[in-house]
Amino acid sequence: MTFWVSQSLNSLALGGLLFMLASGFSLIFGLMRVANLAHGALFMLGAYLGLAAVKAGLGFWAAALTSALLVGLLGGVMERTLLRRLAGRTLPQVLLTLGIAFIIADACLMLWGGDPMRLPAPPELSGAVRIGDAVFPRYRVFVIVASAAIALALWLLMERTRAGAMIRAAVDDVGMAQAIGISSSTLFTAVFCLGTALAGLGGVIGGPILSVYPSLDQDMLPLALLVVILGGAGSLAGAFVGAYAIGFIYTFGQVLVPDLAYVILFLPMVAVLSVAPQGLFGRRLG
Amino acid sequence: MPDALTLSDLHVYHGDICAVRGLDMSCAEGAVTALLGRNGAGKTTTLSAIAGLLGTRQGHVELFGKALGGRKPEAICKLGVGLVPQGRRIFPSLTVQEHLAIAFRRPRHAAERVYDVAAMETLFPRLKERRRQLAGSMSGGEQQMLAIARALVTNPRVLLLDEPAEGLAQQIVAEVAEAISELKRAGLSILLVEHNLPLALRLADTCVILSSGEVVWRGAPHILANDSDLMAQHLGVH
Ligand SMILES: Nc1ncnc2c1ncn2[C@@H]1O[C@H](COP(=O)(O)OP(=O)(O)OP(=O)(O)O)[C@@H](O)[C@H]1O
Ligand SMILES: [Mg+2]
Repeated sequence: MTFWVSQSLNSLALGGLLFMLASGFSLIFGLMRVANLAHGALFMLGAYLGLAAVKAGLGFWAAALTSALLVGLLGGVMERTLLRRLAGRTLPQVLLTLGIAFIIADACLMLWGGDPMRLPAPPELSGAVRIGDAVFPRYRVFVIVASAAIALALWLLMERTRAGAMIRAAVDDVGMAQAIGISSSTLFTAVFCLGTALAGLGGVIGGPILSVYPSLDQDMLPLALLVVILGGAGSLAGAFVGAYAIGFIYTFGQVLVPDLAYVILFLPMVAVLSVAPQGLFGRRLG
Repeated sequence: MPDALTLSDLHVYHGDICAVRGLDMSCAEGAVTALLGRNGAGKTTTLSAIAGLLGTRQGHVELFGKALGGRKPEAICKLGVGLVPQGRRIFPSLTVQEHLAIAFRRPRHAAERVYDVAAMETLFPRLKERRRQLAGSMSGGEQQMLAIARALVTNPRVLLLDEPAEGLAQQIVAEVAEAISELKRAGLSILLVEHNLPLALRLADTCVILSSGEVVWRGAPHILANDSDLMAQHLGVH
């Protein structure tokens, strides 16, 4: 029993982190049809920047905020100066984001070295809580709650504000959105900043659990891609369901059948795609 | 009357295919200009180019004397072009209310009429009932009304209507036609593309016929209505 409870909580925590990573990826893809392969690297950069900020004497929360802002800013610059030049050309764009991913990963390696480092959880969240018979790190409970709160905030932004409606309109039909006066240029930059900032924030929040190491990006990006393929690109609900589904499948796969963890990860995806090629919540994106 | 919209020597391509070849035409202010022609004549291509959705390689588009060439669709919309596209292109994941909220823009000049949400709900009472419904789940007629309302709340100086009656039941066509007449009475300048010839002839002040991207005839609707050879040759009406 204890095993199931604590692994379920681990799954929820991983799912929450994946949501922070995949929601931005999915929004960017839905809006701009760009698969931002630098997203995993930005998550890792967020973690390193958070760690550097903590080492520089900032508190955990200030470090998380700073890191998210810096990564979001970098994302915005990436979109404005590089991606924009390749608008409408999918393959060059994807290759560009891949190149940026390599550059970020190498820069991290150069600046922070190859050894894994632990990002300490804030002191007020250290220790453990009892949930039934299970003893569970307090920080993981925080990750579960915080990521759910971020999901709620994103949902409110997308569904309850005018800006959110503009983003959804542009995801549906960007040309038509422009034709009613919506500036796609502003919207693209804003969504890129938001999506990458979320990845950076996810990196810091995930740091104390995942630790910070050079191939963190390569471990996270495939999971985010799976989330988006499973849930459907451009859909927040899809990213949400997909993230928690992958969180559970990956966590339980690793502890129950470690040899087959990847097979178990890809099987549900194959199953879903064979019935619903657009993913669970996806619409056909033109 | 001054011209609301002027196209001169307009060339528009789809890739290497030239779909509009040297189009010259103008729409008078406060009038309905009908752009007619068979399938594939280049009508939608023309409207898309005016709205900035397709680039033009040659020629000019002017709105009340202001050049629109090279501008982005959002800038053209802000200058006063409202597009009701063929196939409606409503946003399936937005409600009626959200469509109007994101499209609404106050008129640039102090105008005597402002198209806002209330005005649209008077023009199309059905939209009022459907306020909170997702547009993707509405009937074709309701979607068409929404597409017109969405363009109107941008408070355009010229409205481009691309086949507003396409695929609609007879009774809905009558409702949409009545709304267009009302806009015309209010003095809005309209460029109308419509395959329903009786409807187009009833609404239009002047007609332009396109064939293979070129103007083959222009004149008054009553003259066209009485010229069965012309209609047979260029509009496929017998
Ligand atoms: N996206 C496109 N790519 C390539 N060719 C196109 C495209 N859209 C239209 N065309 C071609 O351009 C020409 C003009 O098409 P257009 O859609 O403007 O015609 P139309 O007059 O609006 O016809 P309809 O009455 O059927 O709507 C046609 O030959 C068409 O095949
Ligand atoms: Mg057409």
